[in-house]
Parts: sequence; C-alpha cells; structure tokens
Amino acid sequence: MALLDIINLKTYFPSADGLVKAVDAVDLRIENGERLGLIGETGCGKTVLGMSIIRLLSSSTRIQGQIIYKGRDLLGLTEDEMRLLRGGEIAMILQNPTTSLNPVLKVGDQIAEVIRLHGGLDKKAAKAKAVEMLAATMIPNPLMRADQYPHELSGGMKERVMIAMGLAGQPSFVIADEPTRGLDARTKAEIVKLIRDMTAGRSMLMITHDLKAAGEACDRIAVMYAGELLEIASAELILSDPCHPYTQGFVHSLPSRGLQPIPGSSPSLIDPPSGCRFHPRCPRSMDICQREHPPMIRLHKGDFVRCFLCT
Amino acid sequence: MNEFARNLSWPVLFGLLLLSLFMILAALAPLIAPYDPWEPGRPFLPPSGTHPFGTNDIGQDIFSELVFGARISLFVGFFASFVSVAIGTLIGLFSGYLRGAADEVLMGATDIVLIIPALPLMIILAAHTSPSIWNIVIVIGALWWTSTARVVRSRVLQLREMPFVEAARGLGAGDCYIVFKHILPNTLQVIMAKFILAVAGAMLTEASLSFLGLGDSMQKSWGMMLSYAFSRGGFINGYWWWYLPPGICISLAVLGFVLIGFGLEELNQDETAVNPL
Repeated sequence: MALLDIINLKTYFPSADGLVKAVDAVDLRIENGERLGLIGETGCGKTVLGMSIIRLLSSSTRIQGQIIYKGRDLLGLTEDEMRLLRGGEIAMILQNPTTSLNPVLKVGDQIAEVIRLHGGLDKKAAKAKAVEMLAATMIPNPLMRADQYPHELSGGMKERVMIAMGLAGQPSFVIADEPTRGLDARTKAEIVKLIRDMTAGRSMLMITHDLKAAGEACDRIAVMYAGELLEIASAELILSDPCHPYTQGFVHSLPSRGLQPIPGSSPSLIDPPSGCRFHPRCPRSMDICQREHPPMIRLHKGDFVRCFLCT
Repeated sequence: MNEFARNLSWPVLFGLLLLSLFMILAALAPLIAPYDPWEPGRPFLPPSGTHPFGTNDIGQDIFSELVFGARISLFVGFFASFVSVAIGTLIGLFSGYLRGAADEVLMGATDIVLIIPALPLMIILAAHTSPSIWNIVIVIGALWWTSTARVVRSRVLQLREMPFVEAARGLGAGDCYIVFKHILPNTLQVIMAKFILAVAGAMLTEASLSFLGLGDSMQKSWGMMLSYAFSRGGFINGYWWWYLPPGICISLAVLGFVLIGFGLEELNQDETAVNPL
C-alpha cells in the first residue's frame, strides 16, 4: 500500500472575484520511502497542495476528495488528531526561513521544542539532541550556533536550522516547501545534497520551482500547472525526455538547457482556459486542445501524462 | 539589549539616573536614613544640619520619612503595575489570538472598563475596603490594564499571521503552546514599555488615594506624607519643608519612569518602521 494516496483532491478558496481553484482534481500517490518533487510555476497551487495534506489552511477553504495516509483519511481527522500527526508523523518545512523562524528564540531552543513535543525528552536531553541535529545538517560549530538567534545566521544556515527542525520529530513523511529558494548556487547544491542525505529512508514531497534541485533530490517528479498535474514520471525521464510540451518548456528554461523561457504567463485559477489549461501557451497546440480537456493517461511503468500528443 | 544601549538618548539616561537614585534610596533605606522615621521628637523644626529637611508635627525626621517612603511608593508602583500588565497581557493575548466571539467579549469588557472614570471608582473601592497597601495594589491593578490589553491585542493580531506561527503549527504545536512560547516572547518589548509607564501611573494614583486619606496609615508613603502635611496644617502655616520634598520626590520618580517608558515605546516604533514584524 502506498504511504500517501491523494484521490481527486480539490482545494478551493472563496474570493471576491470568484472561487480560486488552487488545487483542482489532483491524484497523486507517494510510496513508502519515495521522494517526490512537485514542480511548477509560482501560483500554480503547489504550496496549497502541500498545505492541504497537513491541513494548515484557513477555515474558509473548501477541501474535497481524499488524502489517505497510512490507511487513514487525513481530511476526516479532527484538529486534535491532526495536531498529533504533525511534526511526529508528517512534518512541514515551510518556505522562507527568515520569517519561519521565531526571531526572539534561540535556534537551538526552537529545535529542542519540537523534540520535546514529540520525543518526551527533558529540557537538557532535548537541547543536546538539538545540537546533534544541527551537527547532522553540517552547520559549522553547532554548539555555538544553537545558542544564537535567527538574525545572527546566514540564509543557508537558517535553511539548515529549518531542516533540522522539520526532522527533529523523526517524521516518516516530510513536506519541504521551496527549501532552496533564495540561496546562492553553491549553498543550494549543499542544501539539496543535505536534504537527500537526511531524508534517506523517509518519504518526502519537495515543493519547488527549481527543476534541477528536484532532479537531484527526488526519485520521481510531478509537474503541476494551473491547479492540475500535467505529468508524473521518474526524475531522469522528466529531465531527459519529457512528453508534455509544458515539461519540455520547463526543461528548456533551465540555464544549462538553453535558458528558453515559456512564452506567456500562468493562467487565472478562478477561470482557467477551456480544454487543456496549457493550450494558450503551448507551441504544439491543436484544435482539440481548445475544445477538450485532456484526461490523465497512464503510460508504461506508472508514469502519467495529460496531453493528447502523448497517447 | 545592545541595541537599546546604543540608542540611549539623554532623556532616557536621565530617567535611568532618577530611577536608580530612588532604587538605591529604597534598597539602602536603613543605612541612609539618619533617624527612625516613626520616632517622635521636637515638632516643626525647619531644615538644619541635624534634620536636613526638618521635622513634622510630631517631630519625625522628614528626610528619613522620605527615604523609607521610597520603599512603599516604589513597591506599590511596581506591584500594581505588574498586576495590571499581567491582566492586560492575558486578555490581549487571548482576544487577539482567538479572534471571533472571545475577542468581541474580551474587547467589549475592555471598553466598559475603559469608560469607567477610574479615580472616582478607585476612591469608592478604596473607601469600602480596609485601607491597606494590598487593597490599593489590587484596585489599581484591576482598573489599569485596558491600554495594555489593547496594545498587546493589536500586536498579537500581527503576530498570529506570521509564518513562524504556521511553522510551529506545522510541526505539531497546539494553541496554548503557540500563544505562550511563540507569541508572548514577541510581545515582551511592548509589554515592557507599558509596564514602565504603568508604574508611573500607579505611583501617582497611590499618591492621590493616600492624599485623599484612603491610603494605609500604617505605611509611610510619599502620598501619606503629603496627606498629613495637608490635614495637619503644613500647607496653611507655610511649613514648606514638610510638603515640598514628598511632592518633588513623586514628580521626579514619575518623570523617571515616564522618560524610560517613552524611550522604550519610541524604540519599538523605530523597529516596527524598519522591520514591520
């Protein structure tokens, strides 16, 4: 059985202009020990998908569908049951460590808190464990860093603290939201390697718009566009020979592959284009693409793609 | 705190100087005071070498009274302020964090307490309870918390939307934990400024109540000294050494607290302007 099975998930937000369909009929499965990268442009709904799993969305949000985690539907749990799962079973590493760390608490204490919350250790043991976690993130001089405040750390170090915090409760499933955002190339490579090493043996959903990072840290990659998944395949296949024109465009926009941007901009999530949501920007758009919404097709070896060209 | 030290302006420095002066007086009262403030002697002596500020109607040394009075006045000031800020902080935290119906009820209660004219009510309460400094502390504490509650609430409204609160929730923290571990430490700066200003207010209120004869006659506070000077003819007969010193002490101590409090508030505002966290 899969660790996480998302079935027909719809997450809608009411807004003044209409219903924002941030996640629209998403099916996604993550196996035990699998690391999945969720790739997409800003505003395509990938963070909302992550937040839906761990249920950190405001009460006005409408969520439908099923999120089966270890045989239990997370959407059917009470808030208290959900709180017990968070951090210990499923942990979320939020984006932007500068605002996601409490500015007035020492970073070592913030990690120790998570350990105490889930491990039942006393204060001293938790602090020692926190330093150990920091050391595992390869932060130089962890003993000293643990006694510092977030503003005394660099962006890369803060990201390491976030990762240590996220993994402090020994979760089986980690949701990492944009862990490489705003880091320089060298730090980014280090963080990606760190994520890969530290999540070994766990399952992970890594939300990012950095295809290269996802390719290095993840086994499989799912591509999201305008609230829908367009393609799910192994990381190698997505990077080497993707079928969907959007994924191809994404790959060609990588600096190492020609830095060719995809023309146009992301469509509205309130009133998405008819037919295939990508057709207004698609270089290989056909007549049928305007009229009919392509279904998700299962290819060989469990890959999926949503495009008429790939049948 | 380093930043605070660098940003010390002269009014704050002056406030700190005044405050430490009175703190030393209060702490070392038995060493500084030349006489027992309760010991009677020759009445109505003007200031001289033996009695630097003269004596009162039953010959007690006024300088010694002042020194011991610093203890009572500061104690009431600090303690009443602590009670009021503690109440205000709790109400502000919960109404800001919970929002909704709890917010309506708590802020409604705050508005009601806010429109009650404080001094007349305190006079009534103080008159109907036995005159003791504890009752004064409770009366001041129970009526002075409103502005703290409002300031803390508005700060909490900002903080509860911060990503680190969401991050804590994403790692399994519950509401109480978030309020006390993550939000409260971030409000300490504004609470501190409120606390210092409330000490000044509480000292003034204590002096007013004591002056009106509602103070604790067993305790020599500056307000009680003024009260006796007034009721036993010090003002009419022009015994200025009897009523001026306590009046000046009250003014200087309040000035010290106000200067520090305003300095802290200004610092908070500057920081909020640079970093709207």
